[in-house]
Amino acid sequence: MDIELITNILFATIRTGTPLILIALGEMVCEKSGVLNLGQEGMVLMGAVLGFIASVVTGHAGFGILAAIFAGMLMSVLFGFLAISLVSNQVATGLALTIFGIGLSAFLGAGYVGMAIDGITAWEIPYLSDIPIIGKILFSHDPLVYLSWGIFGLLFWCFKSTRLGLTIRAVGENPEAANAIGISVMKVRYGAVLFGGAMAGLAGGYLSIAYTPMWSEGMSAGRGWIALALVVFASWKAERILLGAYLFGAASIMHLVLQGLGFEASPNLLAMLPYAATIIVLVVLASDAVKTKLSTPLALGQPYRPQV
Amino acid sequence: MKRIELKEITKRYPGCVANQSVELSVSAGEIHALLGENGAGKSTLMKIIYGVVKPDEGEMLWENQSIEVKGPAHARELGIGMVFQHFSLFETLTVAENIALSLPKAEAKSLDALKKRISDVSKRYGMQLDPNRYVHTLSIGEQQRVEIVRCLLQDVKLLILDEPTSVLTPQEVETLFKTLHQLSDEGCSILFISHKLDEVRALCDNATILRGGKVSGHCIPKDTTTDEIARLMVGDDTPLSEDYKKATGGEPYLTITNLSYKSEDPFATPLKDISFDVKAGEILGIAGVAGNGQEELLNLISGEETTTASCVKFAKKAVANLTPEKRRILGLGFVPEERLGRGAVPDMSLEENALLTGYQGELTNKGWINTTKVKAFAKQIIEQFNVKTAGSLAQAKSLSGGNLQKYIIGREILQNPKLLVCSHPTWGVDIGAAILIRHALIELRDQGAAILVVSEDIDELYAISDRVCAICDGELSPVAPTNEVTINQLGKWMAGDFSPSDTHSDTASAGPLANVGGLS
Repeated sequence: MDIELITNILFATIRTGTPLILIALGEMVCEKSGVLNLGQEGMVLMGAVLGFIASVVTGHAGFGILAAIFAGMLMSVLFGFLAISLVSNQVATGLALTIFGIGLSAFLGAGYVGMAIDGITAWEIPYLSDIPIIGKILFSHDPLVYLSWGIFGLLFWCFKSTRLGLTIRAVGENPEAANAIGISVMKVRYGAVLFGGAMAGLAGGYLSIAYTPMWSEGMSAGRGWIALALVVFASWKAERILLGAYLFGAASIMHLVLQGLGFEASPNLLAMLPYAATIIVLVVLASDAVKTKLSTPLALGQPYRPQV
Repeated sequence: MKRIELKEITKRYPGCVANQSVELSVSAGEIHALLGENGAGKSTLMKIIYGVVKPDEGEMLWENQSIEVKGPAHARELGIGMVFQHFSLFETLTVAENIALSLPKAEAKSLDALKKRISDVSKRYGMQLDPNRYVHTLSIGEQQRVEIVRCLLQDVKLLILDEPTSVLTPQEVETLFKTLHQLSDEGCSILFISHKLDEVRALCDNATILRGGKVSGHCIPKDTTTDEIARLMVGDDTPLSEDYKKATGGEPYLTITNLSYKSEDPFATPLKDISFDVKAGEILGIAGVAGNGQEELLNLISGEETTTASCVKFAKKAVANLTPEKRRILGLGFVPEERLGRGAVPDMSLEENALLTGYQGELTNKGWINTTKVKAFAKQIIEQFNVKTAGSLAQAKSLSGGNLQKYIIGREILQNPKLLVCSHPTWGVDIGAAILIRHALIELRDQGAAILVVSEDIDELYAISDRVCAICDGELSPVAPTNEVTINQLGKWMAGDFSPSDTHSDTASAGPLANVGGLS
């Protein structure tokens, strides 16, 4: 393989990993507060379809992205109302949200299948993108890729050294105790769920406006589920989510490249590669049981009912 | 000056009145005891003061101003601090992070400055504390210090402590009392909830006693005898005194030899080379602060975890690799610490719960359940152990803690076990039920069963066990006849100091907690 091929593979790796990072980081915050939202897939699709429609209608990709974020948040408000305010079962509610999102997005987008938009173009960072190889791999992407790095940095810092991060972790570990020291469990959990929704919507917008500027039914192709698994295998750590998502991206690209190079193996086996590689690496990383247990939100999935 | 006054406070829950027209007043710098049995309404009252629960009726005066506490945050602004019985700490955070979360934002800005304040305050009040440690690595006593220091950092005017001593060694209790005296000298009021009367008499200036949600009396603990206070707590019709003969037992039934074990659970305490035996016809008590390996040891005896067969023997038969079911067939009865979930299935009826451990006997025939016999067995337990319930079809979770415990212990005892293992047999059980349970244990012992009791309640261990030892950090102290071990000695064992000492010389100077016996 020559340098150019490797550069292209790494460039594509980052593009492929980005939607996973966005979804998984959102879900990580949500789960850190103790709420398990299995509705990612539905929220991503709703973000994708509404983002695409808004782009078509306004002619601006930027409005499309905003609409996508808004759509994700709208879906998560619905989830929050059921799972937090009405204390419904989080697993069942999340699954319902996914099914609802898949159906509604297909219905709304039916008239837009096959349409083309301009999409978001790459923004080559001046000077940095001129660096040989690295410039092409890291600094010639569309703005949403840079945004995903920004959000990663922000969350990493937030959970490492801010009171907000502590508060979210506290609520996810022991909501009763958090309430007893005066933290509003409801507010924190709603905030986290909304953030998760916004991120999932953004990921949907990235898919339909930047990654492949078009709409097709079920275009998220299970990324919501993969991101959910990624969060768990990454032990709720932002840096491992980043690693896992890029690993998954790289393996996905590799399986295409290997096929293209005429590699002698069943394509079905090769298609397993991304899943197997990601899971193995993250499981090995998480083998220290004590550290993993420390980062696991203990109250995950448990509804919280305030005392009266 | 009155720090806080409660007037005519009433709080109703569906099916019961937790507090009825309760009056309480505490002056500045006063240490006030709130006494009562479980279910008397102490905790509800404290939650009302701390704003966790809203009263249905009544008025609260804070420094002579009528107020309504909107929530815990508001209570803390006023200067009310509370140390819960079940700590409200976050195990995956450090001490400093835990404390930072409960302080106003402005004060918690710099974690380094906060760490220094924590060190200063903990030194000033004689409570050693390292702000950098993770809470899950702290002992229960240390966790309690975190809770107290957390309150002290906020200029506290009223400190509420909910049964603070139930988790401490006697030495830790003395340290705590020194701190509390120092606080009250500085003008801080303290509300001390307990049902250990000796401690209340040693510490408190005044006491209010609750029974069944109502105030049943006031007293000055120093001038009142333990029996008089106990009378106010339990009412007139419960016998109070207990005095059991010690037994020596016969052949060892349970033998544990060189048991070392590390569980897969990363938070479990590894057991280090434990050896002891329990003889048929004796009660062996193991004292110790929770989390020092008791649970791991009991799991290995009950069969919930298995290890090299020869480490645990029932009457010389190696059993440590057997499942709980096989060990039960050999004559094991087991009363775990958690009643709901491990001792009984909350959503199942009492009959079904009776079947859960009794199914090997006559209750089943070739896999078929004999419902008549199950019903009869459940009714027998309910009658013999005076379980207050709506009937044998009531769900286990509908029973109060004490009644369910009577039911579970009854279920095990009526199967005539050769070895009965009880974890915290009377934890959270009121005095009447506790006495009944202890009587039943002694009776079973006299019939020749070997009994192992693990408890944090030292008074109870002194009352019923024939030999006693302590467990600390996975190691077992020497085992000695109960009447040869002073409470100081046992306290040292609980703290991990197993050195042989002046066992006989300091019997007389055993400190304020030494008048054991009579009532726990």
